[in-house]
Parts: sequence; structure tokens; C-alpha cells
Amino acid sequence: MSAITRDEVAHLARLSRLALTDDELDHYATQLDAIIESVAKVAEVAAEDVPPSSHALPLTNVFRADEVRQSLTPDQALGGAPAVEDDRFRVPRILGEEA
Amino acid sequence: MTAGTIMPYDEALERFEPVLGLETHVELGTRSKMFCGCKTTFGAPPNTQVCPTCLAFPGALPVANAQAIESTIRIGLALNCSIAEWCRFARKNYFYPDMPKNYQISQYDEPLCFDGYVDVEVDGKTVRIEIERVHLEEDTGKSTHVGGATGRIHGADYSIVDYNRAGIPLVEIVTKPIPGADRLAPEVARAYVTELREIMRSLGVSDVRMEEGSLRCDVNVSLMPRGSSEWGTRTETKNVNSLRSVERAVRSEIERQAAVLAGGGTITQETRHFHEDTGTTTSGRSKEEAQDYRYFPEPDLVPIAPDPAWVAELKAALPELPSVKRKRLQAEWGLSDLDMQAMHNADAIDLVEATVAAGAPAADARKWWMGELARKSNESGTPLADLPITPEQIARVTELVASGALNDKLAREVLEGVLAGEGTPDEVVERRGLKIVNDEGELSAIIDQVLADNADAAEKVRSGKIAAAGALVGGVMRASKGKADAARARQLILEKLGVSE
Amino acid sequence: MSLIRKTAAELGSMIAAGEVSAVEVAEAHLDRMAEVEPKVQAFLHVDREVTLEQARAVDARLRAGEKLGPLAGVPIAHKDIFTTRDMPTTAASKILEGWRPPYDATVTARLREAGLVILGKTNLDEFAMGSSTENSAYHPTHNPWDLTKVPGGSSGGSSAAVAAYEAPLSTGTDTGGSIRQPAAVTGIVGMKPTYGGSSRYGLIAFASSLDTPGPFARNVLDAALLHEAFSGYDPMDSTSIDAPVPSVVEAAKNPDVAGMRIGVVKEFAGEGYQAGVLARYHEAVQLLESLGAKVVEVSCPSFTTALPAYYLIAPSECSSNLARFDAMRYGLRVGDDGTRSAEEVMALTRAAGFGPEVKRRIMLGTYALSSGYYDAYYGQAQKVRTVIAREFEAAYQQVDVLVSPTTPTTAFPIGERADDPMAMYLADLCTIPSNLAGNAAMSVPCGLADEDGLPVGLQIMAPVLADDRCYRVGAAVEQALESRWGGSLLSKAPQL
Ligand SMILES: [Zn+2]
Repeated sequence: MSAITRDEVAHLARLSRLALTDDELDHYATQLDAIIESVAKVAEVAAEDVPPSSHALPLTNVFRADEVRQSLTPDQALGGAPAVEDDRFRVPRILGEEA
Repeated sequence: MTAGTIMPYDEALERFEPVLGLETHVELGTRSKMFCGCKTTFGAPPNTQVCPTCLAFPGALPVANAQAIESTIRIGLALNCSIAEWCRFARKNYFYPDMPKNYQISQYDEPLCFDGYVDVEVDGKTVRIEIERVHLEEDTGKSTHVGGATGRIHGADYSIVDYNRAGIPLVEIVTKPIPGADRLAPEVARAYVTELREIMRSLGVSDVRMEEGSLRCDVNVSLMPRGSSEWGTRTETKNVNSLRSVERAVRSEIERQAAVLAGGGTITQETRHFHEDTGTTTSGRSKEEAQDYRYFPEPDLVPIAPDPAWVAELKAALPELPSVKRKRLQAEWGLSDLDMQAMHNADAIDLVEATVAAGAPAADARKWWMGELARKSNESGTPLADLPITPEQIARVTELVASGALNDKLAREVLEGVLAGEGTPDEVVERRGLKIVNDEGELSAIIDQVLADNADAAEKVRSGKIAAAGALVGGVMRASKGKADAARARQLILEKLGVSE
Repeated sequence: MSLIRKTAAELGSMIAAGEVSAVEVAEAHLDRMAEVEPKVQAFLHVDREVTLEQARAVDARLRAGEKLGPLAGVPIAHKDIFTTRDMPTTAASKILEGWRPPYDATVTARLREAGLVILGKTNLDEFAMGSSTENSAYHPTHNPWDLTKVPGGSSGGSSAAVAAYEAPLSTGTDTGGSIRQPAAVTGIVGMKPTYGGSSRYGLIAFASSLDTPGPFARNVLDAALLHEAFSGYDPMDSTSIDAPVPSVVEAAKNPDVAGMRIGVVKEFAGEGYQAGVLARYHEAVQLLESLGAKVVEVSCPSFTTALPAYYLIAPSECSSNLARFDAMRYGLRVGDDGTRSAEEVMALTRAAGFGPEVKRRIMLGTYALSSGYYDAYYGQAQKVRTVIAREFEAAYQQVDVLVSPTTPTTAFPIGERADDPMAMYLADLCTIPSNLAGNAAMSVPCGLADEDGLPVGLQIMAPVLADDRCYRVGAAVEQALESRWGGSLLSKAPQL
């Protein structure tokens, strides 16, 4: 049985904002299936009572003082943008929630 | 937008019992943003308060603002929460153009503060609202929709985005479900948000201006049939951006859900949007797929482990909370519940308190703020606190009245002058020449003239019709342009005419 | 000896002494690049004028009597994953083609402060995802030892540039072995500092909890000098360690392992390892013993699950880190014809702008973090991470450093593993545990494999903030082997 179906790969592509072709979906389905089967080995390490590590080192409480620093100039901020209008980033229409 | 049917509120409440839930977002008033040093000034020119971090430029990293952490803990303490001994930020992953990283740094299952409560008073009854969690996250940028009909997102041709707001620290306060508010649910919701707002103010952590979006509210409502104990499906209404709207949104959603349920329908768990103009909610665009935010611990930030001794210090240093303060002031000022409530609703308590602190008697301070100034506030649509007059200035006016230098009519004119930007009360008195005529000689001369001009009325008084003295006093006030002390004038008139009351 | 054959330390002293100018040194290297780049293709971006301008500025600072570090005026090849104000930064991705950052990475800024002269931006696997540099969206890089072979990856442009004498030094980043593995297969020294020992600010993130900037050099001392130049606490990186940089230069100058306890990781040998790699590795271990070190075998059984754990943690973080490449604020935008939505344009841009390996990892990470799979995959991988860190801790109770081959095989042919991700991933088998635990680790050349005559690397692993031990052991191995070989390993490389 495969670990991941083509439909699931299509769902992952949607979640990841990747417009994949049908051929790509087939290709990735096969490869991801093999990879997932292989990485499932992590389950072999009996680790029920082991705390997970999200970080490499156990640092805590790293903060900065609430001080203002120089921002970018509008040119620096907007200079690399694909489209700009009125000092704002111009983006295609947003299929969002009605505001 | 389809206008659904509604069931009248009373009928809805006869048949169903509402369960509320509120999620409130408070923008903290820190100088710099949550994870970078950009300014947080409201209304700055677009994209002038942005940097590689808050624009999510490749390679930029977040560093948490210490003040924001402290403010969040203080909020948690003020809401009687437990403070986490150890917790982490988490990434909430979803794509949206106003969120530069396409994930929001938030907190997931390890909020900074949890399990608290706040008591609110509605209709003389205390309702305890339990707080599920208080956590810290970052705000998004702001999109403006261009083209299409009304600047709404639907039908727009494209959007333009300003990221000045992106990354401003945002505290999310989530209640546990609130059953038992019953028909007072809308008022309870409003009272809760009002209370939160005052707590934030007293802590000095945010300017909590709903109209500027620094306090925003999502309202969850579900209904269960009377006699049932099983909660219904809830909806989440967003965009509820005034206290009045909080109340209206709850009421409207109760009426709508009741009609749906009574008609045999089911409630869809969904996001709805509140419309100020109609006072109703409409369904948000239903998503193609259920959101899967793929939360995971933020690897760019290290865990927070507040020192318990520091938390204890913060707790000890909390200011007197608004509800406690209200009780104290009510007793000090000797006010009825009703009067106190009216002041609370008008947002006048802090102003009156400050006026009293500046030397005015409580009754006078209250009289001005709840009378003349409340009227001005209503007329101009300006919140009381935003009127261009200070508690110290009100105190000065009451002082002038008490000393006899002004009467109430003149005092009102002084206030008008101050509101019109003519200066301090003393400057207005000076410039407008509003001092009471308390020079006995001058007053006496005016009275003589008035008596001579109104011989008939003078004769009537002399013959015992003391009621006719009113017209003479009126004449004196007119002649003095209102600057005479009416009581003294009356006294002198009677003396001169040889009668007594 | 020509300037390009000199060590960084030598060049630094010559420049400081006024024997040669930074401009002359930069020109010598730019000329070398012009000569060999057509074959090696280590760089993505070179701008002779920008480089010479930097060199002139350093010469001026030195003339003005400014006190600069030992590497002032020395040229360096900079991995194109660090932002640079004066050169484009692409992470070898089409999605960032031509992007000019408005800010310098902390590593970049520190190179400039120390007076290093940036020769250009080096090639890499797109967003540092890969072990061969074939995943660059622009072109592959060729191993100077054999141009048909990969230079390792992801920092393959940086390793090749140093091995081809285009630069005496280069920067890399190591997420699962991306410094050590390319160093090993090109016969040079590569160091992954302790996580948090070098700043990630301005390093385009692949996997935040693993990414570590580090140095490449042709010898251990040069690597130490570069390590010292750009490492250390950075308040712009919350995961940066607020502690002094371990005394790596001093360690590199004291190649003495007498009395040191060296642990041989039992799990990293045997099946799947190239015979020639194991032969050189065992010789290196014997050599250390002959130099007075006490060698013991150490078992770290969970190290075999490091690879699967890594291929859950790194893709998970990358799926989120790379979400910002969305065609809205910078970089490529595809399909914006005025009718498509932002969502569609994002998806089209990302499909066009990311290469296959990046897409693979984004989807794998999205999968591992999805509700319903999180506990079994990402969550479990994080527990494995804890177990591995504990095994390291236990091992370091017994020994001062651990050693293993850096990589199971020598450089493989370009194209051989290009569409076989599982085979490609094996290249990082031995290097990944140190990333998961945040430890320091180095690869130092230990000879050529008999069967193909290609370089083999010895990996030296040390506890957190004990980076100096890697340098001490690495320098000892280097000194002993170079006296046996009569020169550096690289001197045996064929002429380009
Ligand atoms: Zn910023």
C-alpha cells in the first residue's frame, strides 16, 4: 500500500501554492511515497517518554529592548517589488473573505 | 449578500439559549514592532515603517520585543490568569498577501497566560467571564482594494498593500464559552469588551481605539434549544469594531440562528462578517478546503521562561483594576448604581476622577462631564475624552464658580470658549470679559437704571407682588450681559424697593 | 609561488606588511577565475569592478593606519545564500533572479569589517537543498579533481572555488552537511561551527533550527582565521549564543592530540561505505592513535535514524521558510495577466520559480506538519532529535571528540543521483547528527580513495562550543598527513 496517494499530493501542492501539472503530480506522488516510507523509520525509535526538541540548543528568554531602529526607505522597501502603486505593493486581486 | 429571515429577539430567547465566546485582539502600544525595530505610529505614510524582518525579506530574522512580553504577562495577571513557566512561539502557516512571511508568528498550544477570569456587571448582576488564554502574536499589513464597485474585495481588479502595520504586537484574549448570559447576552458581550478596554487602559499597554483597529473583536455565538444542555454549532463574526457593534452583532446573530433552527435548518460553522450599516452579519466566503495551519514551534525564536519572581513583581505592581476602582469611587462620591453606570457608559469615570484630583468637588465634576460636555460630545460625535478640554480646566471652572467669579451661565460660556480653542478658562474669562459684576456700585447703578426703565414692575413689587421681581432681575441680567450675580441683584432690588421675601 | 597558491594567513601577512596590495591579490584571483571558471563554474555572480572597489577600500584603510584583522585584504568567495548589498543574492533559485537585497547579512558585514574582499557569489543547490550543487537553477558546478564529478553540496560552488585556487577562503552553510560533505569531496577543510556560534541573520533560511554558517579553506589554520572573523554573538539572531567564540585559531596553531580521547562512531562504517573511504578513514584513526590520542569505539545506535529525522525536520521548516517567496514583494512574478487572483499567481510563480528538489521538500514538509500526520512525523522526528542529542552527550562523557568518515563515498558523477533523491540523501548520512544536536563538526582531508583517486574527508565532531577541539584534532591530522604526503592533498590535484 502506498503511503501517499496522488490526490493527497495534489492537496499538498494546493496547500503549498504550487501549480503542478498532472505529470508532475504523478512523478512527485511516486517519489514522495518512497521518501515517506523511508522516513517513517523515525517511528522505530521508542521515544514515548522523550521530550521533543524544536531547537538545537536549550536557550530561553532572548529578547530585544523596545527601541526603534531605522526602517528601510520606501525605495529600498519597494525597489524589488514586481509592481508598485502609490508607495504600496501592487498585488493581483485577493480571493479573500468579504471585508 | 442575501437578507435571511430573522426571528424577533424575544421569541428567539423564549425558544433558545445563547452561548457566547469572544476573541479580542489588542494592539500593544509598544514603541517598536513585535519582532523588529520599526516604529508603530498609526497613520504613517505607506511602507515607511518597514524593514527586512517585517517585510519578510529573505534572510531576515525576528527578535522578540521584551516590552511586549511584559505587557502580555501584565494583561494575563490583570485577567487573573496563570502565567506559563515555559512556552514557545509557533508558526501559523497560511498564504495571504497582507502577511509577508505567509505564516504568522503566534502561539499555539503554549500560550503565555491561561485560565483566568474577569467579572462584569450587567443589569446589577455580576457575570464571571472565564478566560481561556491570552497569547502574543503579530499583526498583518493592510490591503486596499482597487477597482470594482465599492473598494470591497469582491470584484476588485487588484489590491495594493501597506505593511506598516505588519508585525505590530497583537495580544489575543480568548474567553471560554459563556453560557448563562441568556437574554442579556448582547449586553454581557458589550460589558466584557468595555471592561477589557478599561483594563488595557489602566495597564497603559494599549490605546485601545476600536476606530483605529487597536482593539478588535470576533464574536462567537451558538444557540441551544431551551431545556437542552448540548451546545449548538457556533459561528464566528469578525470585524466587530465598536462597542455598540458587539452588542448588535450578538443580537443579530441570535435572531438569525433562531430563524434558521426554527425553520428546521442547521447552522454552518463558519466565519461571518458584521456590517455596521445594516447591523446584520453575512457569511464569509466558504473556503475550498478546511484550513490546516500546520502549526509548529517557531525555530527562529527561543522559548520564553518568565522568572517567577519577576512575574510576582509585575503582579504586585499592577494598578488598581477598573472594577475595583469603580466600586471605590462610587462609595467616595456617594453615587447610586444608576448614576455610576451612566458615567461608566459615557466613559466619564476617569475624567471625573481626574477632575476631582485637580481639586473639583465630585458633584461639580460629574455635573459638567455628564451634562454640558456629554452634550457637546454627542453633538460633535467626539468621545468625551477627546474633547479639547482637560480635567484640570474643568476643575478651574468649578473653582471660579465656587468663588463667585462665575455663575453657571458664564461657566458654560467659558467651557465653550475653551472648546473653541480660545485658551485656558482664565484666558477665556479675560478675553470674553465674562467676570461676574460683583462691584456693588456698578450693580447698584444698573439696578437703578432698570428700576427707572420699568417703573410699572417696580411699583408692583413695592406693592407686595414680589413675583414681579423676576422680570426686574431679568432686566438686570440683560443689562449686564449676564455678568451680574442674579441672586445678589434680586436681593438689592428688593432692598431698594423696601420689601422683603 | 604565485599569489593564488598562498594560504590566507600568508596573504594576510603580506598585505599587512605592505608586500602586496589587496588590489593585486584580488586581481590575481579574478584572473584565475577568468581562466578556470569556464570549466569549474563555481560562481553565480562576479563583478570585477565591485570586487576591486572593495580591495581599494581595504588598501586605503590599511594606508590610513586602521587596525584590521589578520585576513584584511584577503579575497573570499561568498555563498550566494548570504545577502549582499552590492551584489545580487539568489540562493541559486529562479525565484530570486536578479534580487538585490537592501541589507547585508551579519556574516557579510563581518567579512567587510575584517577587510575581506568578496570575489563573487558562489553556486549552491537551490536554497541549499542538495548534496551535489546540481540543484542550482543556473548551472552545475564541477569538481576541480574531476570535472565530471560533483563538488558536493549544497555549498559546492564554495568548495570548488577554494579547491580550484580561485579563492583562498569561502563561506558556506551547513544544514545537514552542506559544508563538510563538499569539503570532503574536494579535498579541503570545511567547518560547521556550533549552532548559534555564527549568525543566521541574512542567511536565506532553509531549515532554521539547523542552518549554520561556516568557513572553507585549504588548511585548518585558514579555516580558523575565517571562523573567528565572522562568528560570534549577533543580537539580530535570537538563536545566537551570547558567549565568546571558542579559541579556534589558538587550537589550529597547537596540533597536539596527545592524551585526547577520540571516539570512533561504530555505526558509521560498513555496508554502503566505499572501500577506499573506509581505508583512508581507518588510517587516519591509526594516525591519531600514533600521535598519542586514546581511541575508543563508541556506539550511538540512534544515529542511523538521524537521516529520516532530518528529512522530516528540514523539509518541515523549509515548507514554512519558503512560503515568503510568493511573488508579492520581491522576486519573480509569473502569470499576472490582470485576471488571475493573487492565489493563482502565487501558485504559478512558485511552480515556475522553484526547482524539483525544492518543490519535493516543500510538499514533504507540508505533509509532515499536516494535522493528522504531525505526531507521527514531525513530532516523532523531534523526539529522535532529543535521543540523538542524548547519545552525543553520553558519548562526550567518554571522549573529547568523535570521528567518522565525512561522507560514505567520494564525489559521484554529475547526473548519477540527480533524480534519485533517496540516493542523494545518503551523502549526508554521517554529517546530519551534528546538525540535529547543534554540535561543532569539521571535515579535514585524509587522503585519496584507491579506486578513484578522489579525496576522502575525516569528520571530527565536538560538543557545543568546543569548536576548538575540531581545530586541534584537524590540525594534528593535517600536519601529520602533509608531512607524510610532502605537501597538501590539493597539491596532488590534476592541473585545471
Ligand atoms: Zn520592521
